[in-house]
Amino acid sequence: MKTEDLIRVLADNGSRPVTPIAQTLSKALALGTALSAVFLLVDPPRSDLAEALLTVRFDLKLAVSLLLAGASAMLLVETARPVPARHPRWTLLLPLLLLAGSIVFELVTTPSNTWATRLTGHNAFHCVSQIPLLSLPLLTCLLIALRGGASLRPALTGMTAGLSSAAIAASLYALTCRDDSPLFVAVWYSMAAAIVGGVSACIGARLLRW
Amino acid sequence: MRVRVNTPEREQHWTDLMERSLQGDTAAYRQLLVLLTVALRRSLQSRLSATGMDPEDVVQEVLMALHLKRATWVSGTPVGPWVTAIARNKIADAFRRRGRRPEVSIDSVLETLPADTTDRDEQAHDLERALERLNERQREVVRGMSIEGRSAQEVGARLRMSEGAVRVALHRSLKLLAAAFRAVGT
Repeated sequence: MKTEDLIRVLADNGSRPVTPIAQTLSKALALGTALSAVFLLVDPPRSDLAEALLTVRFDLKLAVSLLLAGASAMLLVETARPVPARHPRWTLLLPLLLLAGSIVFELVTTPSNTWATRLTGHNAFHCVSQIPLLSLPLLTCLLIALRGGASLRPALTGMTAGLSSAAIAASLYALTCRDDSPLFVAVWYSMAAAIVGGVSACIGARLLRW
Repeated sequence: MRVRVNTPEREQHWTDLMERSLQGDTAAYRQLLVLLTVALRRSLQSRLSATGMDPEDVVQEVLMALHLKRATWVSGTPVGPWVTAIARNKIADAFRRRGRRPEVSIDSVLETLPADTTDRDEQAHDLERALERLNERQREVVRGMSIEGRSAQEVGARLRMSEGAVRVALHRSLKLLAAAFRAVGT
């Protein structure tokens, strides 16, 4: 087919409205969060949630994962385009700094013979397995939306999608989890996020080529 | 490689066309595609002459990518860098598929000399081969819509589809074509 004919086809098809990728990703994020939140019906938030929200540790736990969710979502939109506009990567530092600060706070305010039990918590295995499961609806929605993107680094985009999914999943999970120690969060939540990020990087590398 | 648009006025013109295109202005979009085609051809002609690759194949593949990834351009930003980024990626792909190293040099520039209006009968091969991979109906829709003056309604009447169905089929077919291109170029 001659190029002028191809142009004719593309021009006609071009009359369709185009949704900016940022919007598509926002919708995917919202839908995925709603789907993952269904989990709260099965594994309801902890009964003492109202009291927990008044404690510093619980609030820090939630803040860290929400900050990570926000920062990675912003980064995700950028990586889905072939031309990066800004570099909000420094925002990723915020949750890390907050977590580091929380760990220091914990070590300083609690007796050292309790650190080990705080770190191992009640059910670390449950945490590390639930967060990835919770991430699945989110990750699926995001990856589908990202297929319309034009990432120059598919693996990185995949990983960022995984990180966003894990961060939101972790926020939901945090509502049900009774282990609030920053030590616990730093080890087990991070492990769960790393698993999701690693897997989604591999999926992204293949799925997000264009 | 940079799609340098030569002058700020020209960059602004291309960007304006892109804005209008995304608002549904088909004529503006066609004009933009033609301008991009000319610019791409010039750049690729010199770059690919030593490789034996047909520049028109790459031009067509880049056009399709630009079309399918319109949602990744941010309104209000210059369109030149966006076009360059996509073109470079597709050219690197084309090199890679033919067993060449995918480096696309930075210094080469898209020359936007005064528009070359000579009618070129550019028949490329990859697109034809990619079309073969579609099913018959999809092929008919694409070919039908590529003919001067044909409307979706006419194509639909001929293929016994509604106008809406033709548009949907065309959209799907373009995505399949882009994927088929990747397989075909090896």
